[in-house]
Amino acid sequence: MEAEARSDVLILFAHPAIRSSRVNRQLAGAVRDLEGVTFHDLYEAYPDLDIDVRREQDLLPRHDVVVFQHPFFWYSTPAILKEWQDLVLEHGWAYGHDGRALEGKTLVSAISTGGVEEAYCAQGSNRFSMRQLLAPIEQTARLCGMKYLPPFVVHGTFRLSEGEIEGHAKDYRRLIEGLRDGRVPAAKTAGLTRINSDLDALLEA
Amino acid sequence: MYGEGFFYQALIYLAAAVVSVPIAKRLGLGSVLGYLLAGVAIGPFALGLVGDEGQDVLHFAEFGVVMMLFLIGLELQPSLLWRLRSSILGLGGLQVGVSAVVIAGIALGTGLDWRSALAIGLVFSLSSTAIVLQTLQEKGLMKTSGGRSAFSVLLFQDLAVIPILAMLPLLAHAGAAHGSGHGGHSTTWVEGLPGWAATLVVAGAVAAIVVGGRLLVRPAFRFIAKARVPEIFTAAALLLVIGIALLMTRVGLSPALGTFLAGVVLATSEYRHELEGDIEPFKGLLLGLFFISVGASIDFAQIVGQPVLIVGLVVALITVKFIILVILGRVFGLAHDQNLLFSFALAQAGEFAFVLLSFATQQGVLSLEITTPLVAVVALTMALTPLLMLINEKFVQPRFGTREKAVREADAIDEANPVIIAGYGRFGTIIGRLLRANDVGATVLEIDSDQVDLLRKFGHKVFYGDASRLDLLRAAGADSARVLVIALDDPERILELVETARKHFPHLQVLSRAIGRTHAYELIEAGLDTVYRETLDSSLRIGFDVMRELGMPAFEALRRTRRFRVHDERALRELSGKREDHKTFIHLVRQQSEELERVLATDSGGLGSDVDAAWDTEGLQREAGEEPGSPSKE
Repeated sequence: MEAEARSDVLILFAHPAIRSSRVNRQLAGAVRDLEGVTFHDLYEAYPDLDIDVRREQDLLPRHDVVVFQHPFFWYSTPAILKEWQDLVLEHGWAYGHDGRALEGKTLVSAISTGGVEEAYCAQGSNRFSMRQLLAPIEQTARLCGMKYLPPFVVHGTFRLSEGEIEGHAKDYRRLIEGLRDGRVPAAKTAGLTRINSDLDALLEA
Repeated sequence: MYGEGFFYQALIYLAAAVVSVPIAKRLGLGSVLGYLLAGVAIGPFALGLVGDEGQDVLHFAEFGVVMMLFLIGLELQPSLLWRLRSSILGLGGLQVGVSAVVIAGIALGTGLDWRSALAIGLVFSLSSTAIVLQTLQEKGLMKTSGGRSAFSVLLFQDLAVIPILAMLPLLAHAGAAHGSGHGGHSTTWVEGLPGWAATLVVAGAVAAIVVGGRLLVRPAFRFIAKARVPEIFTAAALLLVIGIALLMTRVGLSPALGTFLAGVVLATSEYRHELEGDIEPFKGLLLGLFFISVGASIDFAQIVGQPVLIVGLVVALITVKFIILVILGRVFGLAHDQNLLFSFALAQAGEFAFVLLSFATQQGVLSLEITTPLVAVVALTMALTPLLMLINEKFVQPRFGTREKAVREADAIDEANPVIIAGYGRFGTIIGRLLRANDVGATVLEIDSDQVDLLRKFGHKVFYGDASRLDLLRAAGADSARVLVIALDDPERILELVETARKHFPHLQVLSRAIGRTHAYELIEAGLDTVYRETLDSSLRIGFDVMRELGMPAFEALRRTRRFRVHDERALRELSGKREDHKTFIHLVRQQSEELERVLATDSGGLGSDVDAAWDTEGLQREAGEEPGSPSKE
């Protein structure tokens, strides 16, 4: 077992109607209070979408792993997370010649989709895979010098039973703990369509 | 029967007031002139409904002045009084001194004995507290620097009455008929005391008011308030005012001054507003009665008998006092327009002159043949004051405004501001600061001179005065501006300004503060597209924070708040069209509660339940049961 240094995790959570959420509320509840994890509810902090750029740029360098946790709205993030990217990831700070604030950090998406996993392929109704659909975020991470890991995805949320959702929440917590404790080797994630396809194998280093 | 006589009198006075004051107001003459005209109408020389007893009523009604000063004291913080000290003592002292000397000199020139001349000078140096302050208050000019200066001078005059009363007997001489010892003036405690003891008694009385006001009045009122009998609180308020007035009279001070002092002492107490509310109607009625009696006491027979003499004296008196006031105002650094206001306001003889003239006659200082025409002069100059102030407002000031505009226009070309803000109090300053912070040029119209001075220090382009005046708007650049922000706090004046702006500057986008819902309706009916209810946003923000406090997610709470706001604005707009022209108060009240009912009715039924429709997953969940692969949404 490698004894890597602990990483601080920043979860940027975006859900505009958390009270009617089934999955994200449970996922959030599973990691909200973890030690070494900063849970940042964007809609709660900026209900009028007026993002405090300085505060965000202060927060990011103090963490090593950034998680975008959100439902998959129209193959993308909810509006506030896009606004967050537009405002916070400034040229000269996050990217560009002098923009090195995020260099070497890790970005992970944690997403729930209504569609089942099989729908996300060339033959499925969504015609593209999750990785393909997430290309804009992956490329954003790359441009900022960040590593982008395969996403944590909960598919088919409408058909999940309470028990299944609870299982996903536990997985999510294990993943975040793993990221925090440096137990998610980037090499082992390569080629995974979703990072939680076999968590046991991944975390059991 | 005495009672019947009293009611008959009351009927006449009340009817005269009720008929003439609203008419005078409607004609833009102000209530004081209305009362005075009512007095003339019922006086012995017109309808003859009141006779000589008018004089007694006049003395009784003078108590209204005492109450007015109490109320003014209540609104005056001690610190402000302290700041006014130089204008009270300096400006006031000089006004009384110079006016007395000049008028006495003129009287001497007409061949009067020097003692009579000096007595006349002293009596006519005073102005009318009642008429001036009431008129200034009605026009909302008390807080302007001209209004404050006038107030300071009047305060000094109230002080000066005491030594003048003391001096008059010393001016007695053989030429005039001797009257009784001490006329209508009641005995005081200080009479016959040596100077130091008298001073001690007076100082003691003043100290009693200050200390008593600080320490005794509050617990006493708290005890009285606990009884929860409102009329007893009113009785206590009246008791306080009358008690202090009597105490002051007993120690030989002006009762008005005493109650004024008590008012200042109580200005910081928590009972200030209750006291104001309780005394206000009494003061209003008594002052009205006072003005009516002044009108009724104008001796038209006298005027008709010696028209040249009386009219000449009136014109001479007003001219002399006016010139002295203008010079003093200039010396004390009043701006041109404020100086005109100040001088027009104080250029008359005052109600004290009635008392002093009759006292002087009794003391044998002046003969009846001198005082009789003089009493007519006093009444006439008092009656003319509201008229003079009206002339100043309507004809003299506009000319000044135009002049000012001509001066400004030279530099207005390159720095013409796109925004005019009318009113720079609590509301307007916030708008102004926001605009200034973002380099949006705004021209400000403000009636409070202190505020204006401060703004000018910071380089704002500010105009003194009433923003509803057309010439002032024009001077502020309304012809070239794009937006007019109305941030006044008086609903009536806001409506006036909206009307003026829409009529004369139709290109201006008018954004107006609305004072409450009814006012908002009126503004919409006046043709404004958007109104800004002054408390709406703060109230909604508190509502929003309450929902958050109780655990509702912020974004949802915000959306629900916004939804409510949209709904409320729509309801306002819809209901405003359905309003009828209500004539009576009862009708207004009924309609208001009906409207509230309608508003409340539209509020219920799950307002905001569709806020999250876009993220409603129920439909998707149902479909998910039928076919796989819904495109989006959790």
